[in-house]
Amino acid sequence: MGLLGDPTRCAIFELLARRPSSVQELADQLPISRPAVSQHLKVLRDGGLVVSQPEGTRRIYRLNPHGVAALRAWLEGVWDQALTDFHKAADQTAADNPFTGFATGHPAERPHPEQEQP
Amino acid sequence: MTAATLPPIEGKTTVNVPVEQAFQVFTASFGSWWPHAYHIGQAEVADVILEPHEGGRWYERGVDGSECDWGRVVAWEAPHRIVFTWQINGSWQFDPEPGHAGEIEVRFHADGPTQTTVEVEHRHFERLVDGQNIYGAIHGGGGWPALLDSYAHRVNDEPSTERA
Repeated sequence: MGLLGDPTRCAIFELLARRPSSVQELADQLPISRPAVSQHLKVLRDGGLVVSQPEGTRRIYRLNPHGVAALRAWLEGVWDQALTDFHKAADQTAADNPFTGFATGHPAERPHPEQEQP
Repeated sequence: MTAATLPPIEGKTTVNVPVEQAFQVFTASFGSWWPHAYHIGQAEVADVILEPHEGGRWYERGVDGSECDWGRVVAWEAPHRIVFTWQINGSWQFDPEPGHAGEIEVRFHADGPTQTTVEVEHRHFERLVDGQNIYGAIHGGGGWPALLDSYAHRVNDEPSTERA
C-alpha cells in the first residue's frame, strides 16, 4: 500500500496538485476534520510528496517540486486500478469464453460447453 | 534534479485462468482492461496496443486514428514474462532516448491449471528527465492534468467503490 493508497490522502494530493493550500482550505473541501487533514499531510510530507512553507500566519502545502517522486506515487494508484481492471477482464474471459488452448497446442483439453446443456 | 533512486512500483493480482490465457488477455487485449482515462494523446482513447514481439511498439490509438507511443517491448517470453519500456517524459511526450526510459516487467506464474499470479514491476523512475516539467504538467497545461482530474473525480465521488 503506497502513500496514496488511502483515498482521503489521495484526495488531498489531488487537491494540492491543482492548487497549493492551507490545512483549513483542504478541510473545507473534504468531509474530515482539520486535525485529520494535518495527520494525512504529515504522512505525505514524511513521504516526500508534499512540501510546506509558512505564509503569514498560515502554512501553505504544495506538491514536492521534485515531481518524479510525486508522479511515481500517483502512478502507483494508476497501476492499482489497472490491475484491478485486468483481474476483472481476465476472470470475465474465463466465464464468457472458456479458454481454447491458445499457445498450448492441446485442443483436446478444451472445455466442453455442451456439457452445460440439459 | 532527480539523482536519487526511486523504489519501483510493485503490483500483483491473481486471476482464475490458465497462465496462457492470463498472458493473452494482458498483452493481446491490453486496451480492453487498461483504464482509458490514463493516456497522453489529445484524442480520447480507442485502443491501447502492445505489439507481440521484441522491439514492438506500445502505444495508444485515439478515436480520431492518431497514435501516441508510450514505449517499446524489450523482452517477450510468452506466456511467462514481458518487459516493455515507459518512455513518457516530463513533457508528456514519447522520449526516444533509451537512457531515459523507465521499465515495466510483468511476470505470469501458474499457481495451478486455472489460476495465475501476475506481478508487475514498474522501475527506473530516476531515469525520467524533466521532473520540473512533470510538476508543471501536474499543475496544468499538459495532457495528464485531464487524467488527474478524472482520477480525482473517481476518488472524490466514489471513495469506497471499485470501478469496473
